[in-house]
Amino acid sequence: MSIIKSLYRDKVGMVMLTLLTLMAVIIPACNQVFPEGHTFHISTFTMTLLGKYLCYALLALSVDLVWGYLGILSLGHGAFFGLGGYAMGMYLMRQIGDRGVYGNPLLPDFMVFLNWQELPWFWHGFNWFAFAMLMVMLAPAALAFIFGWFAFKSRVTGVYLSIITQAMTYALLLAFFRNEMGFGGNNGLTDFKDILGFSLQNDATKAGLFMASAIALILGYISCRYITQSKLGRVCTAIRDQESRVRFLGYRVEHAKLFIFTFSAVLAGIAGALYVPQVGIINPTEFSPLNSIEIVIWVAVGGRATLYGAVAGALVVNYAKSYLTAAFPDAWLFGLGALFILVTLFLPQGISGGITALFKKKEAR
Amino acid sequence: MNTVLQFIITGLLFCLPILSTSVAFGATQSAEFEQGVQLLASKSFTEKEQAIHMIGNSGDPLAIKTLQAVYAGKLFFVKKDKTLVYGEPDGSTYSVTDFISGEDLGLIKKRKLKKITINNKLRGVLKSVLAGLNLQHPDPKQRLAAAEEILTGLNPELITLLKKSLLTEQDPEVREALTSALAVAGLHHQDPQQRLASLALIAGNLNPVVKNAIQALIEKENDPIVLKKAEAALKVIEAKSTWYARLETLFFGLSLGSVLVLAAIGLAITFGVIGVINMAHGELIMLGAYTTYVLQQLMPNYIGLALALSIPAAFCVSGLTGILIEKSVIRFLYGRPLETLLATFGISLVLQQTVRSIFSPLNRSVATPDWMSGSLVINPLLSLTTNRVTIFLFAMIVFAGLFVLLKKSSLGLNVRAVAQNRNMARAMGVKAARVDALTFGLGSGIAGIAGVALSQLTNVGPNLGQAYIIDSFMVVVFGGVGNLWGTLVGGLSLGIANKFLEPWIGAVLAKIIILIFIILFIQKRPQGLFPQKGRAAE
Repeated sequence: MSIIKSLYRDKVGMVMLTLLTLMAVIIPACNQVFPEGHTFHISTFTMTLLGKYLCYALLALSVDLVWGYLGILSLGHGAFFGLGGYAMGMYLMRQIGDRGVYGNPLLPDFMVFLNWQELPWFWHGFNWFAFAMLMVMLAPAALAFIFGWFAFKSRVTGVYLSIITQAMTYALLLAFFRNEMGFGGNNGLTDFKDILGFSLQNDATKAGLFMASAIALILGYISCRYITQSKLGRVCTAIRDQESRVRFLGYRVEHAKLFIFTFSAVLAGIAGALYVPQVGIINPTEFSPLNSIEIVIWVAVGGRATLYGAVAGALVVNYAKSYLTAAFPDAWLFGLGALFILVTLFLPQGISGGITALFKKKEAR
Repeated sequence: MNTVLQFIITGLLFCLPILSTSVAFGATQSAEFEQGVQLLASKSFTEKEQAIHMIGNSGDPLAIKTLQAVYAGKLFFVKKDKTLVYGEPDGSTYSVTDFISGEDLGLIKKRKLKKITINNKLRGVLKSVLAGLNLQHPDPKQRLAAAEEILTGLNPELITLLKKSLLTEQDPEVREALTSALAVAGLHHQDPQQRLASLALIAGNLNPVVKNAIQALIEKENDPIVLKKAEAALKVIEAKSTWYARLETLFFGLSLGSVLVLAAIGLAITFGVIGVINMAHGELIMLGAYTTYVLQQLMPNYIGLALALSIPAAFCVSGLTGILIEKSVIRFLYGRPLETLLATFGISLVLQQTVRSIFSPLNRSVATPDWMSGSLVINPLLSLTTNRVTIFLFAMIVFAGLFVLLKKSSLGLNVRAVAQNRNMARAMGVKAARVDALTFGLGSGIAGIAGVALSQLTNVGPNLGQAYIIDSFMVVVFGGVGNLWGTLVGGLSLGIANKFLEPWIGAVLAKIIILIFIILFIQKRPQGLFPQKGRAAE
């Protein structure tokens, strides 16, 4: 009941959810029903690209939850995204079976290449989809829980926290680059064949993945919205604004932070898991600090602490990135850099904040 | 074999008086040299051997060069007129020069030349004769090198030579090298007493050849006393070499640490005073490195001067860029550290792309002046590369300078006041905005100087800053914000820890472990090693 109530007051959110639902139905339908060349046909390329954006949007949502509502600027959310992605990648790797280049029924190609004789212990169980999905959520959650447990208990806040989250993802980047880790080194995991028995080359499978991404985003949005509107959400906002006061009032600040941080990590992990089968590869660059900080700028552009702003920001910035990197390859970093500077200087509330302010001005007149 | 050796030894002994006279009288005996050269053309290897000895004993200034050319297989006879020529292969032909006169004879076809061929035995003879000649060389450095060279390939005739040289040698260093070479040879002596004496002579010598010789001795030694002594000697050498290995690791650690201190110290100042993390700090380092590159391009003939000039130049370039950043962006974001972090990150992207557009994304290499290349050899196991020593000293100088500036100057007083309590400082009449800008400029300028130092260690590229920024953060956070001593201790200890971990677990894992250590350390001491004084609580 309270879920519906929390959504009812969120008009922009309702509009966005409706749009997302329509997208989830119409785009796969247009891709599947209409033949190629038809006016209403949407190419598989476009659909996969949009699916990728939807994963990014879910990731941005998870960052907005901790940054917008908890005041924790995480520069390491790419780590959770990457871990989820790797868990999914491991499942897809196991699905290849003996269809790899070396045709080894037991070991993935890169292990054969490294002359490994048996599967490392942490690869066991990944041939079951259910186990892999559990890991998609558990691996990021465990990392976030352990990290948050230490960080929040000893009251590391502000810039310090941002920097050690960055150190965390940097450490993971270095670790996953090592061949000895057993995650494919710098090549990562790739050459996937099928998921749950459906070929990844098939347009229908891609349509299914797109739909799954859209549904995950919708569910993610609803759960975030529910959390922020709940009592816990109120406490979080209070922590963001005056942490010590909340603590003096008797709330266990670190518990609230830990729960939100871990939940956000799970969302990021799911986003990563949906991202990997659509792009067909996962490699350590997902852990690079630059990727993590880019997520933050999506949220900043869209407007923090609105949730729908994060989704919009992720879609807009990534569309711009796809366009600019193709049209003017040199200009993208200039554009991204300028975006960081201009948004923080002139649009501290992001696009959504700017639009809201505009409406308010009109009403006042 | 034995007879051959005997023959050589007798030959050598016979020749020694001639050798000494030849040294004494200079090039008077080039008749013997010419005779030897004539004999080189012979088909018989025995005659060639004779020829080699004759040339060696002639004392002719060309002797060493001739024998080296024979050894390298680059000495030929022109089949037609039997002139001795030096040939460098040039496709199917040889570009040749007359060996005696040095006259260029142009290209000659291979089949018109006859190479002076040698076999393995002759190669050995050549080596000994050459070593003997070099032992007589007027330059003590050459003699030392020859003595050390002999150590690796001892044979009876060389031993005789060594003994002979030892009698006349004056230079103490060369004497020592000769003595240890003889002692290594003495390890094979039949008399155990002699072996013991030899062992005593080379005890503590760190040359790897000595260690091998003692190990070989232990394997086949029958005499218990000698065996015991040899084992003791080996232990001493091994203990010494582990100690020197540790010393070397320490040096590498200090070197890495000094680089980290240089890179982080500017960051520590800006973070300490303004309370913002400057994500563009790495790019300011990169600008300093590119300044060095540009200055070297401008004066390619004065590399050392360009390097010296680039220190102030890089300070100005990076410092002014820093002030520009502060005045145009950071000033508007005070009190919002997380936003500042994002904005400066944007600046770092823009700077990177600017450099990439101007200088191309490829790495540029900056030349190292002569006085900074090479290494400081302390003993055979420990040598310190000069550029790392220089950079370490440089880092310490920069640190000391900054320390004095902050402690003694009025700017330093203002900076510390603002860092400790901004409102109180302003109430006392300190112009906080001006101090902020100057501090930011100072921190950025130091970053530029760090870039000059880094350009001497790595290639200069647009990603140079990125490689150091996270490490710099770690140093600042570990050492404690706004504390110079913290940065120094933090940087050096992280550098040393990194280098001591590396041999155990590899470079990457060492770095990961350090990162994890710092993440855990921050949980225990959120203010770092040296917490900032003043009322920093929220």
